[in-house]
Amino acid sequence: MIDQRSGDQPKSLPASIRRAFNRFRAFFLKRPLDCDLNEELEAHLGFAIEENVRRGMSAEEARRQAMIRFGGVMQAKELQREARGLPGLDILMQDLIFTLRTLRREHSFTIIAVLILALGIGANIAVFSVVNTILLRPLPFRDPQQLLWMAPAASKCGFSCETYTADAYEEFSEQNHAFQNVAGYFAFSSSDNVKLTGHGQPKPATSIMVTGNFFQMLGIEPTMGRLFEEDETRIGARPVTLLSNAFWRSQYAADPSIVGKAIDMDGTPVTVVGVLPENFDFGSVFSPGAKVDLFTPVILDQIRPWGNTLALVGRIKPSVTVAQAQADANIVTPRLYFSPKYPESLGAYKDRPMKLMTLKEYVSGKLRPPLIVLWCAVGAILLIVCVNLANLMLARAATRTKEFALRLALGAGRIRLLRQLLTESMVLSGAGAVLGLALAFGITYFLAHQGSIALPMLNSVRVDGAVLAWTVGIAVFAAVLFGSVPGLKVSRNNVQEALKDSGPGVSEGTKHERMRSLLVISEVALACVLLVGAGLLLRSFLRVLDVDLGFEPSHAAAIKVDYDGSTPEKVSVIFQQILAEVGAIPGVERAGIVDYLPLERNRSWGSPQIKGKHYAPGELPGAFVYMITPGYFQAMGMRLHGRDFTWADDPKGEQVIVVNQTVARALFPNQDAIGRMVFMNGMDLRIVGVIDDVHEANVEGKPGWQVYFSSLQQKPVGAELVVRTKLPPETLAASVMTKLRQLNPNQPAAEFRMIQTIVDHAVSPRRFFVLLVVSFAVFGVILAALGIYGVISYSVTQRTQEIGIRMALGASVGRVQLGVVGKTIRLALIGIAAGTAASVGVAKGIAALLFGTAPTDPATFGGMILVLGLVALIAGYLPARRASRIDPMVALRNN
Amino acid sequence: MTESKLDLLQGTLDLMVLQTLSVMGSQHGYGIARRIEQISDDAVLLNQGTIYASLVRLQHRGWIAAEWGVSDNNRKAKFYSITRAGKKQLAKDAAYWQRLSDLMGRVLTMEAEGGDR
Repeated sequence: MIDQRSGDQPKSLPASIRRAFNRFRAFFLKRPLDCDLNEELEAHLGFAIEENVRRGMSAEEARRQAMIRFGGVMQAKELQREARGLPGLDILMQDLIFTLRTLRREHSFTIIAVLILALGIGANIAVFSVVNTILLRPLPFRDPQQLLWMAPAASKCGFSCETYTADAYEEFSEQNHAFQNVAGYFAFSSSDNVKLTGHGQPKPATSIMVTGNFFQMLGIEPTMGRLFEEDETRIGARPVTLLSNAFWRSQYAADPSIVGKAIDMDGTPVTVVGVLPENFDFGSVFSPGAKVDLFTPVILDQIRPWGNTLALVGRIKPSVTVAQAQADANIVTPRLYFSPKYPESLGAYKDRPMKLMTLKEYVSGKLRPPLIVLWCAVGAILLIVCVNLANLMLARAATRTKEFALRLALGAGRIRLLRQLLTESMVLSGAGAVLGLALAFGITYFLAHQGSIALPMLNSVRVDGAVLAWTVGIAVFAAVLFGSVPGLKVSRNNVQEALKDSGPGVSEGTKHERMRSLLVISEVALACVLLVGAGLLLRSFLRVLDVDLGFEPSHAAAIKVDYDGSTPEKVSVIFQQILAEVGAIPGVERAGIVDYLPLERNRSWGSPQIKGKHYAPGELPGAFVYMITPGYFQAMGMRLHGRDFTWADDPKGEQVIVVNQTVARALFPNQDAIGRMVFMNGMDLRIVGVIDDVHEANVEGKPGWQVYFSSLQQKPVGAELVVRTKLPPETLAASVMTKLRQLNPNQPAAEFRMIQTIVDHAVSPRRFFVLLVVSFAVFGVILAALGIYGVISYSVTQRTQEIGIRMALGASVGRVQLGVVGKTIRLALIGIAAGTAASVGVAKGIAALLFGTAPTDPATFGGMILVLGLVALIAGYLPARRASRIDPMVALRNN
Repeated sequence: MTESKLDLLQGTLDLMVLQTLSVMGSQHGYGIARRIEQISDDAVLLNQGTIYASLVRLQHRGWIAAEWGVSDNNRKAKFYSITRAGKKQLAKDAAYWQRLSDLMGRVLTMEAEGGDR
């Protein structure tokens, strides 16, 4: 019946395709086809016997003759099977079954190999998924290659130097020829900057102001409702908002009827016009680590007087290149600064041209070097894993010499044996990859739900098609790498020698041994490079942690305060009240208020200068400004020279400021700045104190110019209450909150933030990076140790007899041990020498990532040599001890 | 098996099977094998079993068809018959074989005819 079907094929098919099809079909119909063939052969023999009997043979003779004429039944079957099916696949299946049986028999080897591979491959997959998300995958917007980040080149005055005025934004939008669309967002929003009332306790939320066309420009479509409309961006328009998908789900239980309703934001009813899609996460792209809940339209006329506030993103026309856009911007930007239309608002930094870069470059450019380092580190791990497995396989191959020799003698081709070995390594590597993938799933899930690491798009790290392809790639790569080394060795085995010798041949043994030594040396060298890289980065990180921040983060905490800031008098009364009440709470040592916390946000605003003195353009950097109350310096643990502000520094008194050391040194070199007058933003100001430099924007950079005003004299734009205590700061949270609520029932349930947490957050990308590199290095060293141990241990086993003889001849325990350990040290030293040479190159390559650490840091290199030397010593000592315990009599008897 | 027996050239068995079926009509494997043995006066080194690989090859190419049936002596057997495509192929292969054997004949008798050296 089956055979009839084969006659039904359309006649038009070329014979070769028909044949391929038939072979393929036959592969899956093995059992029925075999049955068919058996029946056919039975019939055949039946005919033959019958004929022979007719000729007068006895039944037995007839049968015998029939069989002779037929030839080997098995061979005939094999021939037929080969002709009809897919012999290649058949062999693969046989190899697979054989492999699985072998691996099950040697299950301890299998488990160790698969586990090592799983760790190596899993780490690779995890790092690749991060690399893929941050570096390789396009940004989750429409035609992301057209999106450009538009700002002057980054400088030392923080966000104020990377943003533009409303006027500049409007002028640029009108005058440029390269962009389809320019949009922006208000860059100075802080987290929890609004409070939602109307449902029980006021709830803090984070709202970002974006230009009316922001979402259209990115190509974001709302899940529900609509985006902002033109007339909603004018003064006096009905206030509207868009909800982020996450906020809509958590706060409004994904209620679709919320669209069109008004919610109460800071006491004003604001209409929800739409809900943004789930895959849009503003924070993950534009401010890593931040969670944005709501969006409101920027009202340009309202922010016009505020100076540089808008971060700009533009979409270039499809036919325009980045270089062309840059040329266009070079022409347009100078006009913005000298616009006759807006003589008052030239923007603070007119001598700094706009520097365009792709949004992708802005978001992930800085992360490329560290991620590539990570990628290489994890690749080195994979190499070490492969070397280790090659070693294990080699050891196994040595014990299997006879098996292979026998198979070669029986006519199996060398290619066939290589194929068998590669099948084995593929199976191991495949199992490792599956386990590794599970591991990577776990790691990426953890990363995606880890809010404390400020890396862009980390929350969208996932295992996708590219990651799976990568997994398959490295699994095959690893399998070929560790499978072919012993494979090539084995296939070159001398059949006769292996067969006649009782053990593995002597020459064979040395050849294997040389290969294994080479593997160990390369393993040590790789571990060396990893250790040096990790060591340098770790030392850099420790240096970063050691940086004098200019304030004392421990035992201080901050909380956002809600207050009525309608008049300076009201602010003054409220702040004094709060500080008096909070200061009276038992355990509170000092309390003060600032409008922005360092490292969290920054803002620069004009520069202090000596009146009448002429400064070259660019000579005065913008100064970071803070509006503070008395007590803030002490609450933050800053070091002040001169006097603190007092409540008497009010609008009626003299205008006073405190500047940091950098300002004092720049304006009054070799003089005492205290008591001197400066001119800033149209005001004459007296310096009453000099404060030590504070790291305002990041931990690693150098502090810029800083100026502190009394919040009685300069109206603050926010309030962070900072308290210092000897108690664990979190124990004060409840009582501070209660006090704030008593003073202001509308105070939202703001979170009590440890200053230390803010610092940790600022160093989190480096911490994340160092943590990974260091764990890879540790893993690499462990693997190298296992490799050394394995090889030395194996060579001791091989030399049991020899050592036995030597001991019988009077060699001392110490001598034997020294011999084994000496060999280990020799291998390790060669590896370390090679590794050190390679490390010097690698260290130069990562120099840009180091902080306060030289690429040739002697402590790191010394430490590496010490660690690897020790590890080699231990890994060699254990087998050495075993060697010295060999009983000569037993060793000799055994052979 | 004596040394004088002919080893089969690659592909010749398939051609023999086709020709046999073309002449004999529908036939089972044993019949085909026997027939080839008889024609060659037992000069061909043929293990009867090898015919089944050839049969499956020809079948996959669509040159022969197979059907289970009952033989004259009431034995269940698979009967093969040549298809139209098979006949075409046979004609082509036979012509090719003829040309090749003519050529080989000429080449191998070359020295005798030329006789120069």
